[in-house]
Amino acid sequence: MSSITDYIWVFIIGGAICVVGQILISLTRMTTARILVLFVTAGVILTGLGLYEPLVKLAGAGATVPLTGFGFVLGKGAIEGALEDGLLGAFTGGIKAAAGGIAAAIFFGYLAAVIFTPKTKK
Amino acid sequence: MEHQERKKKEYQDKVKKKMPKSNTFMECVRAFLVGGLICCFGHFISDLGRLWLRLDIEDSALFTSIVLVFLAALLTGIGVYDKIGKFAGAGSIVPITGFSNSIVSPAMEFKREGYVQGVGVKLFTIAGPVLVYGISTSIVVGIITFLFFR
Repeated sequence: MSSITDYIWVFIIGGAICVVGQILISLTRMTTARILVLFVTAGVILTGLGLYEPLVKLAGAGATVPLTGFGFVLGKGAIEGALEDGLLGAFTGGIKAAAGGIAAAIFFGYLAAVIFTPKTKK
Repeated sequence: MEHQERKKKEYQDKVKKKMPKSNTFMECVRAFLVGGLICCFGHFISDLGRLWLRLDIEDSALFTSIVLVFLAALLTGIGVYDKIGKFAGAGSIVPITGFSNSIVSPAMEFKREGYVQGVGVKLFTIAGPVLVYGISTSIVVGIITFLFFR
């Protein structure tokens, strides 16, 4: 079980990453799609540069729950794949590591979209 | 020419006045609070995964993502997530729950266009670009690793 200090780091880092997104939205009127694309890509690149893993070690879910964390999983998988299996691993590593999250998002997303109907806007 | 310039400025002032006043500072505070809370909730789930299901660190992160994606899909379905989103701004967009929300919302909205052209296509309105850029960047990182660090 994590300590209170761990949770404080989770809160601070997780919150701070969201603030970066909010500043971009407030100042540049960036759309949701662009924000999410930017954060995933930034996560992969930061992981490639070796800068994101220390953040994950420090803040746990504070770094893995934001979409940059999804990029971290992709990037880390690709690096490990490339080191272990060579060129083929460079292709399969990222998506292999992220497969669980992607599959869950598609599956639960599909179910929710089929079961529920949008509320009529007032 | 000068007249045009003046008109343009008048118009811009008018637009500025009509635009909803957004207090960037307060928006950031709300994004920080909600985003931080969602991450703490995620950390709690991963703690549970490690204690109860005896998962290792990587598996518990995956377990957390799946649970959060599920909950956010459900909350989007019953219309609660959008309410959180109005308050939290990026605090509800940037976490993986926002990714889940961005999958369910358009798919649900376009259900009347059918299960293939509606739901199936619109599921990827935002998830599509995210996967395209995320996966492509990961392959580039993988290739660079293969070429220079292996």
